[in-house]
Amino acid sequence: MTERRPRSFYVLACFFGLFLLFLYGPMISILVLSFQGPEGGLVFPMTGFSTHWFQRLWEGGGQVEIGSALRRSFALALVVMVLTVSFSVLAGLAFRRQFRGATLLLYVAIASLIVPSIVVSLGIALEFRLLDDAIKAFGASAGIDWITNDFVSALGPFTSGLGAHLTWTLPFGLLIMFAVFNRFDPAYEEAARDLGATPWQTFRHVTLPMIAPFLIGVAVFGFTLSWDELARSSQVMGADNTLPMQLAAKTTTVTDPEIYALGTATTGGSVLLVLVTFTLVSLMQRQRRKG
Amino acid sequence: MSDAQMVELASVTKRYDGALAVDAINLKIKAGSYCCLLGPSGCGKSSTLRMIAGHEDVTDGDIMIGSRVVNDDPPAERGTAMMFQSYALFPHLSVAENVAFSLRMKGVGRKERLERAARMLDLVSMAEYADRTPTQLSGGQQQRVALARALMTEPSVLLLDEPLSALDPFLRVRMRSELRRIQAELGITFIHVTHSQEEAMALADLVVVMNDGRIAQAAPPREIYNAPRTPFVARFIGGHNIIEDNGRTITLRADDIDVLPAGDATGARRRAQVSEIEYRGPDVRVGLETEAGESLTAVMGERAFFDSPLSPGASVAIGWRPEAAHELSRDA
Repeated sequence: MTERRPRSFYVLACFFGLFLLFLYGPMISILVLSFQGPEGGLVFPMTGFSTHWFQRLWEGGGQVEIGSALRRSFALALVVMVLTVSFSVLAGLAFRRQFRGATLLLYVAIASLIVPSIVVSLGIALEFRLLDDAIKAFGASAGIDWITNDFVSALGPFTSGLGAHLTWTLPFGLLIMFAVFNRFDPAYEEAARDLGATPWQTFRHVTLPMIAPFLIGVAVFGFTLSWDELARSSQVMGADNTLPMQLAAKTTTVTDPEIYALGTATTGGSVLLVLVTFTLVSLMQRQRRKG
Repeated sequence: MSDAQMVELASVTKRYDGALAVDAINLKIKAGSYCCLLGPSGCGKSSTLRMIAGHEDVTDGDIMIGSRVVNDDPPAERGTAMMFQSYALFPHLSVAENVAFSLRMKGVGRKERLERAARMLDLVSMAEYADRTPTQLSGGQQQRVALARALMTEPSVLLLDEPLSALDPFLRVRMRSELRRIQAELGITFIHVTHSQEEAMALADLVVVMNDGRIAQAAPPREIYNAPRTPFVARFIGGHNIIEDNGRTITLRADDIDVLPAGDATGARRRAQVSEIEYRGPDVRVGLETEAGESLTAVMGERAFFDSPLSPGASVAIGWRPEAAHELSRDA
């Protein structure tokens, strides 16, 4: 006897199939096309199988700006990651104390998730233009030479760019820490206090080690949100470009599969990052079980 | 281990945002005694314990340990140690490092603190589990580790917050005697919060029955059982029948009620019908409904009951010895 499945099963299965196709189809196409033969073009069919485009990519192929954009994006993502983890933990600890106005502050903090990214980006750029004008006016009136001669703008990846990314990563980090501390039994901290630990010792020896696996999650989240952010970056990086911006610019002028090779390489990087994190977390958990 | 200390509460009050949790209680717990704070949930027993421990501020009044007022001292400086209901063992540390935690906070080197932890684990028969993590232990084992960790600070008063409630009934009875043994061995003061009157009876030198933030009665277990002060205490401790008799409120122990043949004229004080029979092994519980509409419970020895068995619906007479009636004062 075989059990008959209801019709809804087939409808939902179709939907799930489409989901998979849209999610992994493009990735697989790009992965395959990045190994296009040297004479091949941007679309199927393949004219052979080679690592030609990876070699071009590696040599720089007249695109020095990709390499520097990659390094810039990586450095920026690292800074964003560190700041996101530190401030999310501190904010999470603060919110456990039920201070006056906590709810209002929370809404103010996470409202930036609702505002369209491009609007945030434009707004930050406008603010920095005002700041630039102020600095120039100050330089002129105070007679500071390097401002009048060399200063162009305060806009840049590690000023306005960093701020723009943090408006995106901090609310996420804070929400994760909320979930973490919601399930954190204060009895652990009371026990530590009972056993003579100072507030700092309690944090260092009890709270921090217990939330550490979640912090790795916040870190990866912060890193990847910054790493592939385009809309929020678009107006605020000044004269420099981040990798997603460089790629977006490339797609409008691109003529060969090198961009696929770049796509494959960066995706590979992300996958590697996730795998490393995953391994780290499971190692920590095993360590915990062993003691 | 340090010397036992007495604990004294002088009109200790706890208020949470206007809600009164503990209402000006006075209590003296002798050094080296085993005290149980007993009461239903929300009676203020846990708040009281947490105030003694220093995990909760005292709204008003004084807490003295030994001859020192400790109201403003941090927990670790009071000479108390607390065992938490959930045990709160640190999951990222081994059993040995959990027990050695207080030494580590004081900066004692790894080798020395683990040696001392091993000795403490010996006391609670957990030495061979030193290298495990808490998650690998059963509830009873976790409890022993929590006990060892608390004792490591060499407290003169040990505070236990519902320590047995997370264990299954069989283990609960075993850990009960273990706690009693360790308390006798160390000779320090134990203050134990529980909602189980059986647990309090079995363990305590002093039972403090609490209700609505006040102490209803503080006395040795036998006195609590034989001479409950108020209807609340009698009801909470169980095994009592509270009735109005000649304008007085009296209580009768269930095993002091004599169930007599219906025709008995000399010993009868009430006429009643048997409403329920419950066989319990060593004894039989007989539910009775008097003519005045009171519900009483009599407990009879198994053999005594089956010498002249009763069945539901039977008419009987009820009597009791005059000295068995204990007069109650009104609930505060």
